Amino acid sequence: MAAVSTPHVLLGLLAGGSRHGYELKRAHDERLPRARPLAFGQVYATLGRLERDGLVAAAGQDRVAGPDRTAYALTDQGRDTLDQWLTTVEPPMPYVASTLFAKVVVALLVADVDRARSYLIAQRAAHAARLRELTAVKADTAATLSDVVAADFAIAHLDADLRWLQTTLGRVADWHREVHP
Amino acid sequence: MTQLQARGVVRAYGPTPALRGVTLDVAEGEIVAVTGPSGCGKSTLLHCLSGILRPDAGEVTWGGHRIDTWSEAARSRLRRTEFGVLFQFGQLVAELTAAENVALPLLLAGTGRREARTAALTWLERFGVIEVADVRPGEMSGGQQQRCATARALVTEPRVLFADEPTGALDTLTGEQVLTQLVRLAREQRTTVVLVTHEPRIAAYADREIVLRDGLVDHTGLGLDVPLAGGAR
Ligand SMILES: Nc1ncnc2c1ncn2[C@@H]1O[C@H](COP(=O)(O)OP(=O)(O)O)[C@@H](O)[C@H]1O
Ligand SMILES: [Mg+2]
Repeated sequence: MAAVSTPHVLLGLLAGGSRHGYELKRAHDERLPRARPLAFGQVYATLGRLERDGLVAAAGQDRVAGPDRTAYALTDQGRDTLDQWLTTVEPPMPYVASTLFAKVVVALLVADVDRARSYLIAQRAAHAARLRELTAVKADTAATLSDVVAADFAIAHLDADLRWLQTTLGRVADWHREVHP
Repeated sequence: MTQLQARGVVRAYGPTPALRGVTLDVAEGEIVAVTGPSGCGKSTLLHCLSGILRPDAGEVTWGGHRIDTWSEAARSRLRRTEFGVLFQFGQLVAELTAAENVALPLLLAGTGRREARTAALTWLERFGVIEVADVRPGEMSGGQQQRCATARALVTEPRVLFADEPTGALDTLTGEQVLTQLVRLAREQRTTVVLVTHEPRIAAYADREIVLRDGLVDHTGLGLDVPLAGGAR
């Protein structure tokens, strides 16, 4: 599986307010139960890079200093980066499923239904266009069986994602209500 | 160039509305998929466009001629000569062999027996089912039957082929083989195709997708019962 972008997911989890590293890990594992649980080391390493790049900033420390005692908050630049990620359609390829899922979860957490829905609509259009391209490859009289089998592989995965995108569009309003009771 | 056109087509079955004002254009040689959830009116639209059903209101034109006002006999002649129709379950005549089934539309159009049989065999060959030429539908597999039905729908070299879930009853591989061949031959002879399907991967064979929702064309392209602006319901 292509890795979900952990830095972006962490930015998304910080959008609601500052959090400690261990809270971020817990929120991540809870919201993305199908992703590999984050190791603490990974959380702190990622936060370190995000801080270096100016996307998060330390937002106060408990009495005992140390990375696990620091709460982090999103900077304006971090919010812009998150925003950008949420508006970018993923290249429609097999195996982007986990990223699609993470993006919709984060969009629902930090924004409104329309935001999540616009993303789903744009992503669905990109997937459908790619499905048509791959189908054209197969339908070409010059296509070899190797071409066809390779296209089949991509089509089967994109088709599954497309069904999920379509179903999720139908559920997004109810889902938003569940996430923000 | 626009070949087939619907303007505000409305159709109900008693109190049940099926189409509530459908407007669309199909260009000559275009392959168009009509998609949308079950019950949204796809089959009814196909029947109205092909002249099987008459709309309650609105217009259907073909090559610039308004055909919805034509008599039953005139519309049925149009279907025999210019249109081909294909359904989910091929609907072959059980008493006839594959070759006789495929030859039937030609015989009805006045082609001679020998010529009709030759053409039928050519089309069975194109769909890879020449071996069942003298077999009746009851002794064929579902895939063979649907290939014969497709051959029958194309044997008159129609200007427009209307296909309603043509691969809906077939397994994935057989469905794709039938559809690939159908689309290939349609493109070769520049037959316009109106393909009704609810499956994204089947719609992907078309040049363009028209999505219906609750008897109307859904210009959002989603076919979903969701408001498009205004947040949570
Ligand atoms: N022969 C019929 N009698 C009564 N209602 C019908 C008939 N055919 C279709 N309908 C109704 O009309 C609507 C549209 O049906 P249809 O065109 O078959 O949709 P689709 O092909 O998209 O599933 C549905 O509500 C369906 O129940
Ligand atoms: Mg139908």
